[in-house]
Amino acid sequence: MTYAAVVRSEGFTPPSPADFDLPAIGGGHETFTMFGQEFVLGVTKPMLQIVLAAVIVFVFFWAASRRRSMVPGRLQFVGEGAYGFVRNSVGREIIGGHDFAKYVPYLFALFFFILVNNLFATIPFLQFPTFSRSGMVYSLAILSWVIYNGAGIKKHGFAGYIKLQTVPPGIGGPMLLLLVPLEFMSNILVRPVTLALRLFCNMFAGHLLLILFALGGQYLITEMGGAYIGVGLLAWVLFIAVALLEVLIQFLQAYVFVLLNAMYISGAIADEH
Amino acid sequence: MQALIAPLVVRAAEEAEEHELNPLLPHLVEIGLSLVVFGILFFAVKKFVVPNFETTFEERTKAIEGGLEAAETKQAEADAKLAELEQQLADARHEAARIREEAREHGAAIVAEMREQAQAEASRIVEHGKTQIEAERQQAITSLRAEVGTLATSLAGRIVGESLDDDERSSRVVDRFLADLETIEASQAAGNGAS
Repeated sequence: MTYAAVVRSEGFTPPSPADFDLPAIGGGHETFTMFGQEFVLGVTKPMLQIVLAAVIVFVFFWAASRRRSMVPGRLQFVGEGAYGFVRNSVGREIIGGHDFAKYVPYLFALFFFILVNNLFATIPFLQFPTFSRSGMVYSLAILSWVIYNGAGIKKHGFAGYIKLQTVPPGIGGPMLLLLVPLEFMSNILVRPVTLALRLFCNMFAGHLLLILFALGGQYLITEMGGAYIGVGLLAWVLFIAVALLEVLIQFLQAYVFVLLNAMYISGAIADEH
Repeated sequence: MQALIAPLVVRAAEEAEEHELNPLLPHLVEIGLSLVVFGILFFAVKKFVVPNFETTFEERTKAIEGGLEAAETKQAEADAKLAELEQQLADARHEAARIREEAREHGAAIVAEMREQAQAEASRIVEHGKTQIEAERQQAITSLRAEVGTLATSLAGRIVGESLDDDERSSRVVDRFLADLETIEASQAAGNGAS
């Protein structure tokens, strides 16, 4: 009985990483090899999406900020609220002091860039999270790493900065032999990796889950029939529920990415630990 | 159990051979594209969006602070004006009270003066009346004196003209004389009352 079910289910192809390897637009089939893996050569959907996201973010906020009236209209009000959210609750709260204003443009652009790209996973006809492509995330993580380390080095000098990040205050002697490498690892080496993986994996897994619910439901209804139709319909209901949950995750991941950026910068330019 | 898992394992192995896709390996173009696109967005936002928002916030803060300051000045002015008006009102009340008091005193003085005048007038009138009465009395005395003399003379003449011996007769003469006198007086009084 179980065996029969498994045999029948072999007809279903579960979603795999291949589902994220979208073909080039225009139907080119050329590929190039790197890291021992073949990549599509040409313009793909996530590439267009990332440009579209940048355009949307810029045009929206430019239009919202352009008028600069004392009593804001609806568009300006929304724009000011969004800008104020990143500026105050991330920039001023986390970095604080007089320095935060310098980092606000970066945090602001980063947050809405990631948010819009994430939301593309839910927007009809696009429905693909740009940051489920690992390369897209790596560059942002590397940029974050450069920025917070750069800020720290600029303020404390190279040696001072390394000392700040690796030597915990109030600890001396042989304990330092153990702690300095650990601190160096966690503060300098691991941060960009976790930053990148957190965003990438959330987007990747979320989209994978949605594909699974959608295709699985469809397979149960059309291929297996009978009592499985009910299960298939349930899968589709769950698809909707998970899609709504995904919206929350998309916002949260953008927020967390920017929040951590702000915290790293704040830690790097701090006077004391 | 073996039979259950076997096809899955085979299938997974086949798939791995077929695709060998590792999603963690980055597409190099995507790394560059993401960096460039975000870089452009960052500079565009920094140049065209953030300054606008910051200026708006600053101007709004200034406008609100200015408004508050103006309101405070207005309030202070209003307070000063109110105090001034209250002072004026108090002054006016004071003045009114003073005038009332003065008027009362004035009125009392006038009444006292009038009373004095009236008293003086009354005593003057009384004095005048007394003087007149006295004068009339004098006049009456004078005229009586003259008249009594005349009457006495005329009575004496009559008595003498009649017989002086007869007592009865003389008393009759006197009675007649007195009766005549009364009639003369009565007619004179009637003439006085008529005139």
